[in-house]
Amino acid sequence: MTQQPFKGRRAPLLYADNLAFHYDDHEVLNSVSVDVFAGEVLALLGPNGTGKSTLLKLLLGLTQPSRGSVGLGGTPLTQLSRRTIAGQIAYVPQHHVSPFPYSVRQVVAMGRFHHSGLLGRSSQRDALVVEQVLQRLRIDHLAGRPYTEISGGERQLALVGRALVQGANILMLDEPASALDFGHQARLLAELRQLADDGYAVVMTTHHPHHARMIADRALLLKNGIVNAVGTPAEVLTPVAIQQLYDLSEQELAAFTRGMAAA
Amino acid sequence: MRYWFSCFHGQLLALLLLLIAIALFALSLGNYPLTMLEICRFIGSHLGLSELPPERYNILSNILLDVRLPRVLAAILVGMALSGSGAAFQAVFRNPLVSPGMLGVLAGASFGATLGMLLHGNWFSIQLLAFVFGLVAVGLGVAIGFIFGGGSMITLLLGGMISSASFSALLSLVKFAADPQDELPSIIYWLMGSLGMSNLNEVLWLLPPMLLAVLVLWSFGRALDAMSMGEDEARALGVPVHLVRYGVIVAATMGSALSVSIAGMVGWVGLVAPHIARMLVGPENSRLMPVSIMLGAIFLLLADSLARGFSVVEIPIGIVTQCLGLPLFLLVLHRARKGWN
Repeated sequence: MTQQPFKGRRAPLLYADNLAFHYDDHEVLNSVSVDVFAGEVLALLGPNGTGKSTLLKLLLGLTQPSRGSVGLGGTPLTQLSRRTIAGQIAYVPQHHVSPFPYSVRQVVAMGRFHHSGLLGRSSQRDALVVEQVLQRLRIDHLAGRPYTEISGGERQLALVGRALVQGANILMLDEPASALDFGHQARLLAELRQLADDGYAVVMTTHHPHHARMIADRALLLKNGIVNAVGTPAEVLTPVAIQQLYDLSEQELAAFTRGMAAA
Repeated sequence: MRYWFSCFHGQLLALLLLLIAIALFALSLGNYPLTMLEICRFIGSHLGLSELPPERYNILSNILLDVRLPRVLAAILVGMALSGSGAAFQAVFRNPLVSPGMLGVLAGASFGATLGMLLHGNWFSIQLLAFVFGLVAVGLGVAIGFIFGGGSMITLLLGGMISSASFSALLSLVKFAADPQDELPSIIYWLMGSLGMSNLNEVLWLLPPMLLAVLVLWSFGRALDAMSMGEDEARALGVPVHLVRYGVIVAATMGSALSVSIAGMVGWVGLVAPHIARMLVGPENSRLMPVSIMLGAIFLLLADSLARGFSVVEIPIGIVTQCLGLPLFLLVLHRARKGWN
């Protein structure tokens, strides 16, 4: 599948070329190619179990594809150390609870690990960067609170903060807004848009086409392991495409959209 | 702040001084009571700073260097190794209820030691068998985890449980085969744990590997923080996940197996010390680890002092740690349950 280069002819930060992934005999992904550019929000959409999270893990190099390759600049991820990759790509997992009550500041500071490596100690500069990011995300008032005792939205922001202190320019988020209340969804999405405008490449999986419409520059529609469409939300998130993607009838979609519009 | 002290280094220093004070106290305990002053005088004259009458010096040297010091050092080493291993395992397996025996090391080492007694080996061969079978049991657990689950966390734990259960079964077999008149009692007594079997040479010989194990675990502190958030996350943060996981397993297994070979089965230290440390300094492993290590040493010194000082007959230390560990653990559970949900 060929793609239109995004925003002129800049080289992609990250490329995925003809990826396939099998789990036992089950084919999860097949011939998926996608480029990720600086300054864009790329939304990955598709029904449950269609391989969105798998694709994200392949792009992060956490899982190895059965075929095809993922690379940073011109270099395949397999030739880079995890420490080097950590300086370029950061991961914000679906929200979870740690078994240990780390403070928000400690969680954010974990993002600095790759700067000093396995046996290194955290530096003054690490502490400074952590404070800056806490302020930027306006969670500095939570810095001393245990991560296990704050709300889901605040936790998600802390994980975004951890990704930012990594110094990576590509952020990969797995369902960042799905478990959040309305207000936190809006705030997190605005934060992600701002990050893309500041030059980050933001890749996120999402269940909600309207999240993609709100902030994404491009949407990638994934169904049964293959790419249905890639393009701007206006182009690809048409009612017909959404109907087809989620196996909805016209009436079902219409009823749902009316409900959304009323909100 | 929510923690008890604010200055971490001050806290470490305080714990170190406490450890030294308790070690001196433990040296003064025994059938031949000594005062702290006498111990200090002995240390002074040993270092050539002051003079003691020669007969007095010889008596004190015999009591302190040959009998009590090995014991005190063994308590410190075993406490450090078990509590460090416990803290590291809890982070790697992302579970605050994991103890050093999780992957089978204690069951394997107990089997090895009892096998040695059944074969009427000397003290050294019993210790060696304990150490070797501790490693074998963990190796078996890890291998099961790999064969059946590609080395995922949960299959590693299950592999450890299976290995642990197998060696417990083998241990029962050894007990059954043992002569109930003399072998069985000594096996059972050994399993209850004791610090009194070691001499100074042995302890000094085991000091480097045990300290090394503890230092390796400590040095992984920041990586352990990331690992306790989940493996994928740790890898994305740049942590060499496999190196840390297997480094921790090797170091913790070495430390635990050696501590079984010195002292037999000493339970609860590896679970209780990290929890108390977490209450004191929070969950960050670069701080938790040294505090946990020192608390483990203090806990075991106190337990051994109780074991020796409580009655005329020495109580096996494994029983003392069990009796002390449970109420302490309940206390910790009460205080820490907030962080566990």
